[in-house]
Amino acid sequence: MTTEPVHEELGGPDPALAEAELELAADLDAIAPRRQGRAAGGSRVRVRPILGSIAIVIAILVVWEGGKWLGGDPWRFKSILGFPVAIDYHPPFAWKFFSDLNFPHLWVILEAFVRRDSNGVPVTVLLVEAAFFTFRGALAGFILGASLGLGLAIALVHIRLLERSLVPLLVASQTVPIVAVAPVIVVGLKAGWFGIALVAAYLTFFPVTIAAVRGMRSADQRAFELMRSYAASDREILLHLRLPAAAPYLFTAFKIAATASVVGAIVGELPSGIRDGLAGQLLNAMQYYSIQPGALWAAIVVASLLGIGCFALVVLAERRVLRNYRPTEPGAAT
Amino acid sequence: MTEPAALAPVVELSGVSKTFRSTTVGSTPVQALTGIDLTIRQGEFVSLIGPSGCGKSTLLRIVGDLTPVSGGTILVNGKSAERARRDRDYGMVFQAPVLFDWRSVQGNVELPLEITGRPAGERAARAKAMLDLVELGEFTGHQPWQLSGGMQQRVAIARALALDPALLLMDEPFGALDEMTRERMNLELLRIWERTDTTVIFVTHSIPEAVFLSTRVVVMSARPGRITEIIGIDLPRRRDVETRELERYFELVTRVREALRRGEGNAPVGGQARVRAEGLSA
Amino acid sequence: MIGGVGPGPGGHALAPGGLAVVRGPSLLDRVREWLPAAVLFVSILAAWEIAVRVFSIQQFILPRPLAIFEQWRTHLTELNSAALYTFGEVIGGLLIGVIGGIVAGLVTARYAMFRESVMPFAVAVNSIPIIAFAPVFNNLFGLDKQLSKMMVAAALCFFPVMINTVRGLLSAPAPAIELMRSYAASSRDIFLKVRVPAAVPFVFTALRISATLATIGAVIGEYFGAPKVSLGQYIVTYTSYLNFERAWAAIVYACAMGIGLYVLVVVTERLVAPWAADRSAQIG
Repeated sequence: MTTEPVHEELGGPDPALAEAELELAADLDAIAPRRQGRAAGGSRVRVRPILGSIAIVIAILVVWEGGKWLGGDPWRFKSILGFPVAIDYHPPFAWKFFSDLNFPHLWVILEAFVRRDSNGVPVTVLLVEAAFFTFRGALAGFILGASLGLGLAIALVHIRLLERSLVPLLVASQTVPIVAVAPVIVVGLKAGWFGIALVAAYLTFFPVTIAAVRGMRSADQRAFELMRSYAASDREILLHLRLPAAAPYLFTAFKIAATASVVGAIVGELPSGIRDGLAGQLLNAMQYYSIQPGALWAAIVVASLLGIGCFALVVLAERRVLRNYRPTEPGAAT
Repeated sequence: MTEPAALAPVVELSGVSKTFRSTTVGSTPVQALTGIDLTIRQGEFVSLIGPSGCGKSTLLRIVGDLTPVSGGTILVNGKSAERARRDRDYGMVFQAPVLFDWRSVQGNVELPLEITGRPAGERAARAKAMLDLVELGEFTGHQPWQLSGGMQQRVAIARALALDPALLLMDEPFGALDEMTRERMNLELLRIWERTDTTVIFVTHSIPEAVFLSTRVVVMSARPGRITEIIGIDLPRRRDVETRELERYFELVTRVREALRRGEGNAPVGGQARVRAEGLSA
Repeated sequence: MIGGVGPGPGGHALAPGGLAVVRGPSLLDRVREWLPAAVLFVSILAAWEIAVRVFSIQQFILPRPLAIFEQWRTHLTELNSAALYTFGEVIGGLLIGVIGGIVAGLVTARYAMFRESVMPFAVAVNSIPIIAFAPVFNNLFGLDKQLSKMMVAAALCFFPVMINTVRGLLSAPAPAIELMRSYAASSRDIFLKVRVPAAVPFVFTALRISATLATIGAVIGEYFGAPKVSLGQYIVTYTSYLNFERAWAAIVYACAMGIGLYVLVVVTERLVAPWAADRSAQIG
C-alpha cells in the first residue's frame, strides 16, 4: 500500500469528519450505482439489494411476532373485526423483553394508524401532517445549509488564507454537538420554524462544504491547465470546470444532508414546545405510551419513512442531473 | 489567427532556464532547464525528445505560459508567452484526453468556443467540422467514456484545433495508447496537420515516433535539461506506412538514439530525499 | 480510467512541474498549520466579548463568554456531575456501537451474498432519523437509566462503523492478496496480515465520526427524557427558564466532550497505528 505525498488539500488538520461521512455515502454509490449506463449493459435496476432489504425487514418482523408468540405476554381476543371469537393464548415461555409494552403486537401498531383521536381525526392523517411540518423545516434547513455550504466552499477554494484559518474551525464546529445548542437557538431566537431550519442547516452545511471543496478540486490537474490555456477567468473556470466536476461529490453529500436535515428538524422541534411536527408526535406518544403503545411505533414508522423518503428524493434528483456522467463501477468508490 | 508569412518564427526561445523551488522547507531547488536556445518556424513539426526528467514537458508548458520561466526570453507569435496565451494562439493536447465527463463529445469540442464567446450556431458548426476532420463525425452525441482511448485522444485534438490556433502543443498525446493504435494515430495526426496550417511542438518518449512525425527532432539531455542536438528529418514530406521501412528512417532513428545517449551523461546523483515529479516531465 | 474528467481518485495535485520532497511535518510546521485558525478563534472570542459589552447587546442567546465562565465557576459541582453522567453514556454507547459495528462488519464482509442484501439495508437504516427511537430505548431500558441513552448513542455509531469496516476489509489491494496466495498462506493469515491492516484506517475514520455521533446521541436521548443530573436535561431546563448563561455553561461542556473525544481518537490513532493516521486523514 503506497502512501500519497502529503498535500494540503484543505489546509491544516484533517477535515476528517465529514470526509468520512462522504466516504460512507460513497458506499451508497457502490451499492446502488448512480446509473446503469447505456454502455454498462442495459438499464437494469439492481433487484437483489432491494429484495435483500425487504427480506431483512420481513425477518425482523418475523422475529418480532415470533418472539412474542414464544415468550411474550398472553393475549386474549374477544372479537376480531366485529366477529366474536374466543382466543386465549398463553406463550410457552416468559421473556420480559418481548412484553407488550416493549414491543406491541404488529396489529396493535397497525391499529394505531387507523385509530381516530378525540376530534375524530385519523391518527394517520395527524402523523402525515406532522411529517409535512417536519419536512418543511428540514427542506428549509437543507436549502439553507446547502447554499451556505456551497457558497462557503467557493470562497474557500478561491481564497487560500480563508481556507487555512476557517477550515479547522469548521471541523471543530462539527465536533460540537449542535443538539446541545439547538434549544438555545430555537427557544432564544423565538423564530419558530426558522430556528428549526437553522438547526437543520447547521447539520447540513458542513458535509456540503467539504464535498464541494473536494469536488471542485477533483478535476485532473491538466483540465485546469487546459482552462488556463484558454485564458479562462476564475468565473469561467468555476462554471465550466469546478462546479460540474463537483456535482457527483455534491450529491453524495446531499444524501447525507437529506438525513441530517430531517434529524436537525426533529432535534430543533424537541425543546421548543412546538408540537406540530414529528418531535411533538413522538413526545406525545411517549407520554401516553402505557395506554397506547402503538402510537409511538406508528410515529417512528412515519419518521423513518420521512428520512428514507428524503433520501430517495435526492437519489432520484441525482439520477437525473448526473445522467451523463460516467457511471461509477460498484465497489470502486474512491 | 495565423500570419501568412511562411517562414516567420512562431516560437523563439533564447537562453531559457527553469528552476523549481521545492514545496517543502529547506530542500535544494531543482534545475530543470538551462540555456535553451530554439527557434521554431511556421509550418514545422518539431519533436522534443529526451530521458525522463529532462524537462521537455516543462519546456512545452513554458511555451504555453502554463509555467513561468526562470531566465531567458521567450516569444510566441512575436508576443510574450502570456500575451499569446491570452490571445489563445495555441491549442494543447495532453497525454490524457482530459475530456469533461459531463459534456458530450461535441460539447467538449465546443468548450473553447464557448469561452471565447462564439454564438451557438457557429460553435456547433465549427465543432462538427473539427470532429469530421478527425473522423469522428458520427460520434458527436456520444459521451466521452463511451469512446476508446484513441478516439478520446482524437476528440482532444479536435478540441485543440477548435480555435484555429497558430501553434499546437502536444505533450506525449499517444503515450497511453498501445503500439499499434499509436502508429495509426501518428498517421492520422500527420493527415490532420497537412490539412490545417499549424505549427506543432510535440513531446515524446518514443524515438520512432519522433522521427516519423517531425521535420526536426530536438534531443534533450538529462537534468538539467539542455539541447544536445537538433536533427533535421529529411524524409519525404508525405509520410505513410512505408516510410517506416526506409533505410534513411533507420539511419535517423539511430542518430537520435546516439544523441540521446550522449545527453544521458548528465544524469543526477540520487538525492537524500525522496523526489517525486508530478504531472509532467515524464 | 481513460480520459474523462470525472470524480477521479483524489485531487492531490501539485502545481505544474512542482516537485514534492516528502517528509513528515516538523513541530514548526504543525504550529504553522494551526496558527491562522487559532488566531481566528481567539479574535472571534475577543470580538464577541467586546461587542456585547460595547453595544450592550441583550444577553439573549449569546451571553458574554466571561458571563458564561462565571456561571460555570459558580455551579461547577452540579455541572461536573451532569457532565460525568452524560460522559458515561457517551463512552458506553461508543463501546457498544463500535464493537458491535466492527463485529457486524467482519461478518458482513466475509459472506458476499449476505453483504449484498445487508449493505443496502444498512444504508437505508442510516437515513432514518435514529433518534426517533430514543423513546423506545427509554422505555426498554428505563428513562432514568444511562443504558437507554447509551443505546441511542450506540445505534448512531453502529452503522457508520459497520459500513466502514466492510469497506476497509474489502479495500485490501488485490495484488497483495495474490502475493499471499502465492505463498500458500491460509485464509486466516490473509485475513490477519492483509485485510485487517487495510481496514484499520477506515475504522479509525469511522471512530472519528462516532466520537461526535455518540455525544449527539447521548444528548438527544436526554432531551427525550432523563434524570436532572444530565447535560441534556440541564440544557433544556435552563433554556426553558430563559437562563441562557447557565444553559451555555452546560453546552460548553457538551462541546468540550465532543471535541475532546475526537482529539482522543486522533491521538490514539497516531500512537497505535501511525502508519494509518496519514491514510485515514486522506480517506476522510
